[in-house]
Amino acid sequence: MMNLKTEYITADLLIVGGGTAGCYAARVLSLLNPDIGVVIAEKANVKRSGCLAAGVNALNAYITEGHTPEDYVVYAADDAGGIVRGDLLLSIARELNGVTSDLESLGLVILRDENGKYVSRGWRNIKINGENIKPLLASAAARPNVRIFNNVNITDLLWTDSPDGEGRPIRKIRGAAGFDVLSEKAYVFRARAVLIATGGAAGLYRPNNPGFSRHKMWYPPFNTGAGYAMGIRAGAEMTTFEMRFIALRCKDTIAPTGTIAQGVGARQVNSRHEIYEHKYGLRTSERLWGTVTEKSLGNGPCYLQTRGIDKTAEEDLLRAYLNMAPSQTLKWLENGMGPSEENVEIEGTEPYIVGGHTASGYWTDTERRTTIAGLYAAGDVAGGAPQKYVTGALAEAKIVAETINGDLAFPGDAECSSESEDRALAERTAGIIDTYRRHLSDATAVFSAGEIEEAMQKVMDQYAGGISSGYQYSLAGLRVARERIAGLVPLAENLRASSMYELLQIYEVKERLTVCQALLAHLEARRETRWHSFQENADYPERNDEFRKYVNSRYENGEFHIIFRPLIDAGERYEHQN
Amino acid sequence: MSIRIDKSKCTGCGACTRVCPGNLLQIKEGNEGRKCSIRCSQDCWGCCSCLKECRFQALQFFLGADIGGRGAIMTFRKTRGLNEWEVTLPSGERKIVDIDPGSANKY
Repeated sequence: MMNLKTEYITADLLIVGGGTAGCYAARVLSLLNPDIGVVIAEKANVKRSGCLAAGVNALNAYITEGHTPEDYVVYAADDAGGIVRGDLLLSIARELNGVTSDLESLGLVILRDENGKYVSRGWRNIKINGENIKPLLASAAARPNVRIFNNVNITDLLWTDSPDGEGRPIRKIRGAAGFDVLSEKAYVFRARAVLIATGGAAGLYRPNNPGFSRHKMWYPPFNTGAGYAMGIRAGAEMTTFEMRFIALRCKDTIAPTGTIAQGVGARQVNSRHEIYEHKYGLRTSERLWGTVTEKSLGNGPCYLQTRGIDKTAEEDLLRAYLNMAPSQTLKWLENGMGPSEENVEIEGTEPYIVGGHTASGYWTDTERRTTIAGLYAAGDVAGGAPQKYVTGALAEAKIVAETINGDLAFPGDAECSSESEDRALAERTAGIIDTYRRHLSDATAVFSAGEIEEAMQKVMDQYAGGISSGYQYSLAGLRVARERIAGLVPLAENLRASSMYELLQIYEVKERLTVCQALLAHLEARRETRWHSFQENADYPERNDEFRKYVNSRYENGEFHIIFRPLIDAGERYEHQN
Repeated sequence: MSIRIDKSKCTGCGACTRVCPGNLLQIKEGNEGRKCSIRCSQDCWGCCSCLKECRFQALQFFLGADIGGRGAIMTFRKTRGLNEWEVTLPSGERKIVDIDPGSANKY
């Protein structure tokens, strides 16, 4: 039995997750108010954690000359079948170019033409060398009033419930609890505000390469949906989980296709050499759906038509991939055949939940406050605003930092206002740490975390629209999935860890199970097919305008309650209603 | 796809262990002294962050046979201000791609 010590830390703001949004929010807040005490808790190390670990090849959200932020909103809304928060998208779009300039001032290399203007790749993308983008952001966050706790995994939010003036209970976030991944230490952070800036959720579904290369996936396999899960358990309202993200990628290496498609203008072709992309449409989900459909018609495999590009272009592609997805370059060099000689085969990945690409995540007001007082969200966990990419996450981090700075402007501390609140908070904290101890006890367990993960991925794949079912699901299948996922929850609670790293693995599977449950509730609620492949409901295969609304959910008393909400336009400002 | 550690080159300095986004690398005492090891080869994402920290080219990136790997390895070093990626094929043939970190991608 391990001897788990507990360390208590107090701050004005706790940022959960030191990725793109977390690091940048710390920087902006520190510049706005150098006296505010900020703590970042990061499960790995801010230098290379999150989805930018390997680098990124382009900035895909930028407003080029002749275009406006409103154009960006129109584009993102159209791509997402209209289910977006116009207010959130517009606020992001207005900040895109400002945060890009700031990134450049931090040292990011951006390609400029002879007149000193950024070189674009399409009307909203610019070319960069993004290999070192994460170390640059990590350095930007390292400011005197920012304390960074690397290798600390946050598992649970801390809160108190107090009656408001009319006797209704108001939940207030008081901090969060977690543990050190490498040493036998629990952490209790008390803070006046908590910003959730973790990644989205990978690893919910059986992946493309389920064997040795099971983690060769689009999104980091270490992004387990922790930020969603802790918010769901705290009763925060979530939106649009049913809009899953499925990436169209290079086969096997799961490397990006945009660099080839946009960079050298390669078209999608089937095995009969027919260009098929225009038959299905060019929206993100349609490019994927077209590929899935062509394969189901017997026209696969499908490719990006690169054969015949010149050798200079090929060498540039080898370099571009080393700056973001080195496995693809290794594959070309190892095979002795590059993209100029052989078309690049493409495939769809397993589905992910990620608010940087689709609209899944926390339901926030226009200023990025969640539905729980003191809890904020930005980046991949924040919902309503798809097509964020890196710069959108930075924009959202800036917006939320400004909101938090305003909200924390009044005097206050992290203490509770009454003894009964103090007691409740202490009890909740003790309960969380007891759960760590229970998982760390010497008792024998029947299963390992990996076995539960495998079972979960199989259920989601087969009954909730994974790769094996061509991304389609039926309501009958969802019922089976709900039952089986619910059956795995108690098994996960009984897992045992012999090290802090194994404790991390247990929490990762528990988080994923929570996210799966939310996802299943959302998939069931949208009784239409709003997006091919992303949400392909076989019982309701058509789009139905009655569902031009958000599907939101709140977890209360062990159940997901679905809330439908009307769409919010770009010109509106949205505040939470009680 | 994953990494292998060339124990003859690893000095056990631990630089790589600090950057793995999956906390997968650790320094362990073994027959060859304090060396880096990966907790589970299947858990590697393939981001190559660790390669970029290693000053001794002790970390070797490879593709699993399940995704088309044919036994080549890739290493990384910084030299003359360039990022140098070297691929060694099973035949012993080497291929090098240099990247100037100050130049943007063309695509």
